[in-house]
Amino acid sequence: MREAIHVEHLTKRYRLGSLRHETMLREALIGMFRKREKKHDETILAVNDLSFKVDEGEVVGLIGRNGAGKSTTLKLLSKITYPTSGRIHVKGRVASLIEVGTGFHDELTGRENIYLNGSILGMRKKEIDQRIDQIIHFAGVEKFIDTPIKRYSSGMRLRLGFAVAAHMEPDVLFVDEVLAVGDADFQKKCLSAMDDLRSGGRTVIFVSHNMAAIENLCPRTIWIDGGKLRIDGPTDQVIASYLATFSDAQRSGYDLEHVANRGGNGMMRFTRIEFLDDKGAPTSVFRSGEPMRVRFHYKVNERMKNPDVALAIHSDLGTRITTVSTWQAGYYIPEIEPGSGSIDLVIDSLVLQPNRYYLSMWISAVEEWFDVLDHCIAIDVEASDAHSNQGRGLHAKWGLVYTPSRWNLGPPVGAR
Amino acid sequence: MNAVARSVPVEWLYEFVRYRELFFFLVWRDVKIRYKQTLLGASWAILQPFFLMVVFSFIFGRIAKVDTEGVPYQVFSFAALVPWAYFQYAVPLAGNSLISNTGLISKVYFPRAIIPASSALSGVVDFAIASAMLIALMVYFHIPFTAELLLWPLLLLPLVVFTTAVGMLFAALNVKFRDIKYTIPFFMQAMLFLSPVAYPTSAVPEHLTWLRYLNPLAGILDAFRASVLPARTIAWGELGIAIGLTLILFTIASVYFYRTERSFADLI
Repeated sequence: MREAIHVEHLTKRYRLGSLRHETMLREALIGMFRKREKKHDETILAVNDLSFKVDEGEVVGLIGRNGAGKSTTLKLLSKITYPTSGRIHVKGRVASLIEVGTGFHDELTGRENIYLNGSILGMRKKEIDQRIDQIIHFAGVEKFIDTPIKRYSSGMRLRLGFAVAAHMEPDVLFVDEVLAVGDADFQKKCLSAMDDLRSGGRTVIFVSHNMAAIENLCPRTIWIDGGKLRIDGPTDQVIASYLATFSDAQRSGYDLEHVANRGGNGMMRFTRIEFLDDKGAPTSVFRSGEPMRVRFHYKVNERMKNPDVALAIHSDLGTRITTVSTWQAGYYIPEIEPGSGSIDLVIDSLVLQPNRYYLSMWISAVEEWFDVLDHCIAIDVEASDAHSNQGRGLHAKWGLVYTPSRWNLGPPVGAR
Repeated sequence: MNAVARSVPVEWLYEFVRYRELFFFLVWRDVKIRYKQTLLGASWAILQPFFLMVVFSFIFGRIAKVDTEGVPYQVFSFAALVPWAYFQYAVPLAGNSLISNTGLISKVYFPRAIIPASSALSGVVDFAIASAMLIALMVYFHIPFTAELLLWPLLLLPLVVFTTAVGMLFAALNVKFRDIKYTIPFFMQAMLFLSPVAYPTSAVPEHLTWLRYLNPLAGILDAFRASVLPARTIAWGELGIAIGLTLILFTIASVYFYRTERSFADLI
């Protein structure tokens, strides 16, 4: 097999200051006259000494938690951003799909946007001419193809964007998470289009949180953690070890102070999380449909105003099922002084079917992140007699969410 | 293909050529949107320099009474206002083009210079329409056509190169320093008064001639006007200096752009 991608000691360092603040010319001018104080810019290594090779025709999955450096790696491979050090060799014609419908313009028609988007993705006009009918058909927008896309629904835009991308014929393709959007039918269509790409002998690197999609498409997977390569190997093994890092013995409380893999600037930190039953006693059992209480213990390092505390629940495939936060619910945490304390989230009914779920939590303010813990805890939700005694109980095969509901059968059919 | 060790300017140019279709698509997009969105469409191309001509005719033709070298002030000013209107439209568009295409820059790879360059070129359509208006104006005022008028379209070349250079510089600086965009209107205003648009080149006092030479736009605009005026011929020496300075500026702008473009996606 010949090599298609060769990455050697790839490193990308970002200056945090340059990300957060917009530089102003006047500041730069003032800085020229002032004595240079050695500004100590905080830097982060988004990608840290990453090396790997991919052969021609291989389809490789790239997984890792949020902020692990997956997207940065993809952007480096696609030449959107440049490495601080290290080398990348990519052989052949490259296309990268980091977003569908990049460069779409509202005022232009569907047909015009196909040409614009296609050429942005690196297609020649001749190629687009040849494939335009297929693209329009794939997107299913025949009727509206000469209508400005400002009249399109978001689903139609998405389909059009993916249709253009699916008709590129690059040698090497980088795909980021585009399948995470759209309805189930369209996702299926995208997956089969991806499958066609694979059978077409193309080299593909596919970044996703969707473990099922990765398992389906990629025989080999690379797991990146903290910008570094953690494991590179057969997909089933890599995913198994990846998921294993989430799980922990079932307990009623978890120490969060020493979790190393976290984001945010640390002005405020989660120190511990506890699960309580409706009477306030610690519990380690989570049951579908039952009330529960989640207690977040925190430590404030610097005085701050109005932080927002949030909890998200993910399925075992990484899909976010729900997010609850103080900000969302209209609660207003006033200014808090340095010190420690706790806050309770009272859940009336845990509307999850029996399965394993992952929790993420964060504390933030407007455009500022204090603490971010991604997929840090796994919980196993167990079946309960949510339907009292008359029902069939609950089961993982019936979905992710349990819907508290009743049936109203109406008058008996045939009775007059 | 080597994705990273792309250090030679030759390859930079090669990439630009490889993406030429995108370049023309972006020009086509800018033109199309300009004429789709505005109610008056193409007439803006004429109205903008036309209104300036009316205002200038009143102030400089009636009140200040500048020397118009033997033609009505309307024709005199319009001959320079057509290329000026192009410059005035294209520089802010190109200068703000990178920051208004953030989505493209952070999501897709292509030679970044395509964005300001295509913005600068899209103004040429307006220029063509306004040029037709100038011909109409000349016919109306019975101004004889000279052989030099044939050079009118050719003079567009140095004008576009100069505009692209200024636009690229502003665009690259704009990514790094977000307050650059506030200096563009100020710069445009200064250029209007520093260039012979409302007044003839001969009105500049002798001891300030060097200042005129330093501004390539002055030389280019004056050549545009000279090609229209029957009583004058193009000052080739001055035009030569202007073209030379334009090429130097274009080189500086390209080098600066090339050096900074790698950080665009990180800063934008």
